[in-house]
Amino acid sequence: MTRTDQSRLTVPTPARRRWNRDAVETRVFRVLGWMVIAVLVLVTAFPLYYMVMLSLRSLDQVVLRPGLLWPAEFDVSTYVSVLTSVADGGQGFLVFLRNSFVIAVLTVAVTLLAAVPGAYAISRLRFAGRRQVSALFLAVYLFPAILLAVPLFVFFAGIGLRGSLVGLVIVYVAQTVPISIYMLRNYFETVPVSLEESAAIDGCSRFQIIRWISLPLALPALMSTALYVFMIAWNEFLFALLFLAEDRDRWTVSLGLSQLAGSIEIPTTVLMAGSVLLTLPIIGIFFLAERLLVEGLTSGAEKG
Amino acid sequence: MTRSTPTRPAGRSPTRPSPRVRTLAQRDARAGQTLLAPTLVVIVLVIVVPIAWTIVLAFQDLRLIDIRRRGLMGDFTLDNLTGVFSSPGFYNALTTTLLYSMVGTVTSIGLGLVAALALRGWFRGRAVVRGFMLLPYVAPVVAVTFVWQTMLNPQFGIINEIGASVFGWTNPIAFLTQRSAEVSIFELEFDVPVALLTVMAFQAWRYFPFAFLFLTARMTAIPAELEEAARIDGATPTQRFRHVIWPQLLPVIALLTVLRFIFTFNEFDDIYLLTGGGAGTEVVSVRIYELLTARGDIGAASAQALVLSLVLVILLGIYFRFFGRHLQDAR
Repeated sequence: MTRTDQSRLTVPTPARRRWNRDAVETRVFRVLGWMVIAVLVLVTAFPLYYMVMLSLRSLDQVVLRPGLLWPAEFDVSTYVSVLTSVADGGQGFLVFLRNSFVIAVLTVAVTLLAAVPGAYAISRLRFAGRRQVSALFLAVYLFPAILLAVPLFVFFAGIGLRGSLVGLVIVYVAQTVPISIYMLRNYFETVPVSLEESAAIDGCSRFQIIRWISLPLALPALMSTALYVFMIAWNEFLFALLFLAEDRDRWTVSLGLSQLAGSIEIPTTVLMAGSVLLTLPIIGIFFLAERLLVEGLTSGAEKG
Repeated sequence: MTRSTPTRPAGRSPTRPSPRVRTLAQRDARAGQTLLAPTLVVIVLVIVVPIAWTIVLAFQDLRLIDIRRRGLMGDFTLDNLTGVFSSPGFYNALTTTLLYSMVGTVTSIGLGLVAALALRGWFRGRAVVRGFMLLPYVAPVVAVTFVWQTMLNPQFGIINEIGASVFGWTNPIAFLTQRSAEVSIFELEFDVPVALLTVMAFQAWRYFPFAFLFLTARMTAIPAELEEAARIDGATPTQRFRHVIWPQLLPVIALLTVLRFIFTFNEFDDIYLLTGGGAGTEVVSVRIYELLTARGDIGAASAQALVLSLVLVILLGIYFRFFGRHLQDAR
């Protein structure tokens, strides 16, 4: 911090007066800044802390002492209860976790399969309709999901794909491909054209260039895009609700939690454990992706 | 978007015409279209066709039970659209949607700006704090709405517990199920829409990270010399913010306003999960969902979705008419 040095250098005379406007404002904002930071950390972190804490208590205890901020007892029976199958008297979240995982992984795979060539084409190749395609992708996010939901609901009900994971994956892919292309395109543009041109001169075809030059260089970007898509698919709620609500064996974790949240038979703390299971993978991925994102930005420098 | 491309040398000279061999540019164009084809197919099938279909459905009298028997083209009618405008619930829902979108947009961007400003200077642990700021946005919506519901629970929620023990509330507040409460300040009675305000607070909490991300990125790009020069000229922190930083952020804020407004206007998950659309929080998207699932009235649901989109397009048109210049700057 060189702030103090500079002010001493540049304003010799007014600095003698201790309480000029500048000094007052600087002090006030310093204090205010710390207060804001404290409040923001509390507000963003507390709900997640509360979630974990509640998942480790029994409901009787929570009702008895709702203000407790540290669990007096560590009761992990909530996790056991939420994970055991319905047949054994639990909530069957293990099945939901599997469904969520399968859907998210399939979505990532198909999205990347479509988005990598698409992003490459938009960033590198000039062809008729290139600009219109970008506009079309923007338009995807302009329309409310509920607008798409009505005809998709009708359509999938009609061809019998409603209630199937495949139908849901198709919808998710359409929702995530535009943003993936946008993310990947930015990275492909950082790969120097000269690298590709030298490969072309060495006799590589366009597809060989993508496979052996661009893709390896964009690998960190590929990873962060994949994680981002995974997060979207894992968190998604509306389409899961519309397509899968009827069959409990096909529920995702998000859907399962929301469907069971209203019932009075299941203790809130047990569902809190389910909520933790839903959130943990995302928080883990988020901190992983944050690092990868930085790596993706800094890697890929041209040598020689 | 106008990247100047070096004119590529043609593969063959024009004096030797051979139709089988294409130039590099032609081959690139073909490759580009081929590579983009899978994406386009999915987008057109799952986004463009459904939108077109919604328009068709909006003019048909169709119930969910009929869908297997009836084809795409049925008898066309204007009943759905007139039904949208004649039902009293629609105007209430539209007003709620507009209010919710405007307040949600302003508060989330405002909070994001405050957070970005507070986390501007370096301090030990800033990276971790920045990570925390993004948590509400990345955490699954079902999980965070469930936690909020539990925190605000009148029986054992922590907020009511704190309110009772610290602020001396005599009765627990049912934040999510109470339509309105009378609050008297200086002997003036106010009707406060409790549930709607709670949902708006959730909206600000969950989406301020979005604004925070954009604004932080923009702030780091502001050259340090600008502010340094203002400091030397004797500008105080507020003056530096008002005259140096704010003008630099304005294009981003204009862009954020559009994006947040669109997203909030179309929002379904948050309100559906928090209140189910009850207690005066019914927005149009929740209404459409109810029409579709509870009543199975596809025609009415489509018509409402269509009207919702049209309202959004009109509002965006007005916005671009007046603030389009700022958005141009943002790009």
